[in-house]
Amino acid sequence: MITGKEHHMTSAVNAADLAPTPYAWEIQATGLKVRVGRKRMAVDGLDLRLGTGVHGLLGPNGAGKTTLIRTLATVLRPTEGTLVMLGETAGGLGEHRALRRRIGYLPQEFGYYRRFTVREFVEYMAWLKEVPKADIPGAVQRAVERVGLADRADDRMKALSGGMVRRVGIAQAIVNDPTVLLLDEPTVGLDPAQRLRFRELLQELGTDTCVLVSTHLVEDVAAACTDVVLFAEGRLVFQGTPDELAAAGGPEHVGDSPLERGYSALLQKPGQERGSW
Amino acid sequence: MSGEHASERAHAPGREHASGRIIERYAHGGRDLAADEVWAVEAHLEACRVCRDRLSAVVAVQVPAVTSLVGAVWSGLEPRLAVTATMRRGRLQQAWLSRLSRLSRWMTPAMVPWLAMVVAVTLLALLLDLVGVGTGEVSLVLLFAPVLPVLGVAASWARGLDPAYELTASAPRAGLQLVLRRTASVLGVVVPVLLVCGWLTGVMVAQWLLPCLAFTAATLALGGAVGVTRAAVVLAAGWAVLILAPTLATSRTALALRTDGLPAWALLLVLGTGVVIARRGAYSVLRTHR
Repeated sequence: MITGKEHHMTSAVNAADLAPTPYAWEIQATGLKVRVGRKRMAVDGLDLRLGTGVHGLLGPNGAGKTTLIRTLATVLRPTEGTLVMLGETAGGLGEHRALRRRIGYLPQEFGYYRRFTVREFVEYMAWLKEVPKADIPGAVQRAVERVGLADRADDRMKALSGGMVRRVGIAQAIVNDPTVLLLDEPTVGLDPAQRLRFRELLQELGTDTCVLVSTHLVEDVAAACTDVVLFAEGRLVFQGTPDELAAAGGPEHVGDSPLERGYSALLQKPGQERGSW
Repeated sequence: MSGEHASERAHAPGREHASGRIIERYAHGGRDLAADEVWAVEAHLEACRVCRDRLSAVVAVQVPAVTSLVGAVWSGLEPRLAVTATMRRGRLQQAWLSRLSRLSRWMTPAMVPWLAMVVAVTLLALLLDLVGVGTGEVSLVLLFAPVLPVLGVAASWARGLDPAYELTASAPRAGLQLVLRRTASVLGVVVPVLLVCGWLTGVMVAQWLLPCLAFTAATLALGGAVGVTRAAVVLAAGWAVLILAPTLATSRTALALRTDGLPAWALLLVLGTGVVIARRGAYSVLRTHR
């Protein structure tokens, strides 16, 4: 199609891409404590270092996974301890604009505007994330294609199924090409085929991004994660590869797979009996 | 479009066309042609309208099998094409939608019903003023003017009302700039309505505009510390207790609303604005959005 308009030449790499990385870890928490409500410390003295790769955040309900992710998303402020993300101290006063621009975040309860189309919503999020105006249409299209919703991009959000809404959530999280990607329960509502596609996307993203995925599903971790972070009662219980997690469990532990046995072995180490759930 | 361009180029004088023999054989299925000839004639047909017309003329006369096949496919396809065409959104609606999404940078969809309510309340107050069944000499529009934008501002940051609240709170644009944008859009709706109402009831512009702006600034200033929604509720309640109730009880315009009170409102406006500017960093914290 001849439009009479020439495409602008844009260089493939800009100065920010070429600049050396001034930090060793994308996420570095030392003695991190986050209070929720008046008394409860949902994150209670966490030391954690995460680099590039896909990190699976595992833990029982109420372990503080969501609080940790919200803190990393700079939605909550740490009560104590230090949190350094991308070389910038998060948690003090100040707007963290530059830091937030490089974070992608999918909340556990992903709220959206029902009357917006998929494209409008992801565009709106790109605008909120201060993606340069000229880049927004391209970035939105790329994000929508990556989650496999290109054919539904002009449908209203209220016409989508739960799994599709979840994928819109992932699309809005990656629309700004984040360096740190925080996904809180992203696989909820995805059917098995979509889950497989999602794991592929995770592995692809993990090559140059620090991805933290909280999940209940041990098999998600086995399939897509390079690293497992086991979290219970606000503390780090274990950090290592999926193989190391599997090695921690023996045949006497509860679970259907080596990873599940390792999971229950590490969580029940102190010997105390928890509720059956 | 590019096809037409190409065929125009094919019309250029001196351009060779496929021979009648080749076109005839191609129409019959191309089995009598060498593979390179089929290849060449297909490439030529794609670019040449004249030869395409000649081909279709040959097909219509000599090869009824192809004609009936094309006819069958077309009759099967046509009703479905018609349906898709009607499903496509009209251009006007598209333009309206894109305007809507641009509007969302100023106000969230969650704010719309609240703004509608604020406008409705204003119009109701105006109606009561005009009919004269209200509080006698006290203008209801004047009484409600300061709290109306505050309600809108509260709605724009209420956690329970905005489904995308958590996402907004984590975005780089969250902060004073976005707070001011949404506040401006609330004022952009409320002030024109009040302007008309004030003109109809004969209340001086400064008399309602200053309290209105001062209250909004105070909401934002207080909101920096306790959360915008909470600040709005506190101020609206204070207004109801200190000014609305006594005025309605005594049927006399409260001192604060008379022209003597204007300097005090101006002072509040300046103070509120000053506090907001001084504490501008505080607005990106989730706590202040509550």
